[in-house]
Amino acid sequence: MINHIDLSTVLRRTVCDLYSNLVTRPTGAAVRTAIETQLAELGGRTVTVIDFSNVSLLDFSCADEVVAKLLLPYCADCPPRDAYFVFRGMSETHLDALEHVLDRHRLALVLQQEDGVPTIVGAVSVGERKVWDAVIELGSATCDEVARQTEVAVDEVDVLLNALARRRLMMKLDDQWVAVGAPV
Amino acid sequence: MTTVINVPPSLDDVTFEQVLEQVANVPADEKLLVDARHARWASPFGLTALLTLAQSRAERAAFAPPEAEDTLSYWTRAGFFKHAVDLFEIVGTAPRQKSSAESDVLLEITPIAKSDDVHEIVGRIQQKAQHILTRELNLDAKATMGFAMTLSEACQNIVEHAGRGGWVAVQTYKWTKRLGRRVVVIAVCDAGVGFRQSLESAPGRVRSDRWDDAMALEEAVVRGVSRFRDPGRGQGLAGVRRYVGRWDGKLSVRSGTARIAIVPTWDDDVALKEGLPPFPGAQMQITIPERLAGGR
Repeated sequence: MINHIDLSTVLRRTVCDLYSNLVTRPTGAAVRTAIETQLAELGGRTVTVIDFSNVSLLDFSCADEVVAKLLLPYCADCPPRDAYFVFRGMSETHLDALEHVLDRHRLALVLQQEDGVPTIVGAVSVGERKVWDAVIELGSATCDEVARQTEVAVDEVDVLLNALARRRLMMKLDDQWVAVGAPV
Repeated sequence: MTTVINVPPSLDDVTFEQVLEQVANVPADEKLLVDARHARWASPFGLTALLTLAQSRAERAAFAPPEAEDTLSYWTRAGFFKHAVDLFEIVGTAPRQKSSAESDVLLEITPIAKSDDVHEIVGRIQQKAQHILTRELNLDAKATMGFAMTLSEACQNIVEHAGRGGWVAVQTYKWTKRLGRRVVVIAVCDAGVGFRQSLESAPGRVRSDRWDDAMALEEAVVRGVSRFRDPGRGQGLAGVRRYVGRWDGKLSVRSGTARIAIVPTWDDDVALKEGLPPFPGAQMQITIPERLAGGR
């Protein structure tokens, strides 16, 4: 199931209908709580598109509250539900604040670029990025296919794919690996 | 007994120390007369710090406004008297501010006490800042958003840590003496608990042998340490430092008896000053200079 959240709408609905900037920790916490409430109502595996298009400014504190604290529980050993996230509509200045925050928590996320192609930003190893790029290129692939594409040992690819899955950047559909945000 | 405190003719972050040196030995419940009659110029730091000084006094201080008409007019336009009348006993009549629409000040002195204030400040500055940063200071359009972000984080420091309200002001001017170029200056001052006391309140904090205002400033400003255990905390000041570094700016933070600065090549300030006259809270100044042709 694909779920779409316009952050600007959430901000106006939960904090103040005059605001267009995601600034301050209390604002970030209120917006994150609204997103979590919405996610709790959904069952099964979900992909949630979080849209920043109409957000004017994002500061470090709010990026930490909205994005990092939203992602952290899903990257832990027992995630609250089978949820994945795609971020969209991010400007260079949004990313400036966000990359700093992601790096601090060693997190990464899927960003859908203007052309619709997903990419990963944040703390990602060279191996993880190589495997991610291979899956994007193949569309969907088994572990063996990714190993052939990357010319990396199958065991190592298996570890990397599972690490990406644990970080909610990759999902497994039967024996096929699919990058979150990529058209299936 | 009333102690007269002379405000220097040019009041900024450096000369404000002269004010604090005079105040240092006067008990908080003793009357002060802050004499600004001979003041001719004040930076946003000077004006917000004067309000902070008033906040720090148990006995309401008296204030003699500048005599020079243009100085008085600027302090009025900057919003100083709007707040000073509530904090000082003004000697004579406090000048009244005309409509804020007429003001040439980038952000007049604005109180910060809660998160909503930060939203309002950021909203107000965005449009004006874009014009000034790109047209007058030749900064990249990208600098505008970063500027608002920096302002937001600096103001949040008060909301999150000071324990009482503070002040922010933003202005551009030509810094002839030290730089010979235009600068935009953000001043954020409060008379709250200060960095040392804020960090001391961290749960499970282990005390070290050397622990003073200077070390607290080093921990918070340089190492991004916060009183909260949450690893996401402390990013605000780190973000401010990154922005200042990117645009060849200067950051200085005074708290208690120390002052720390991230000093660019164009300035000859020292990185750390200790043993200053004690003053409550934290006083921050961010200076971003005009970009010259060739990228400097």
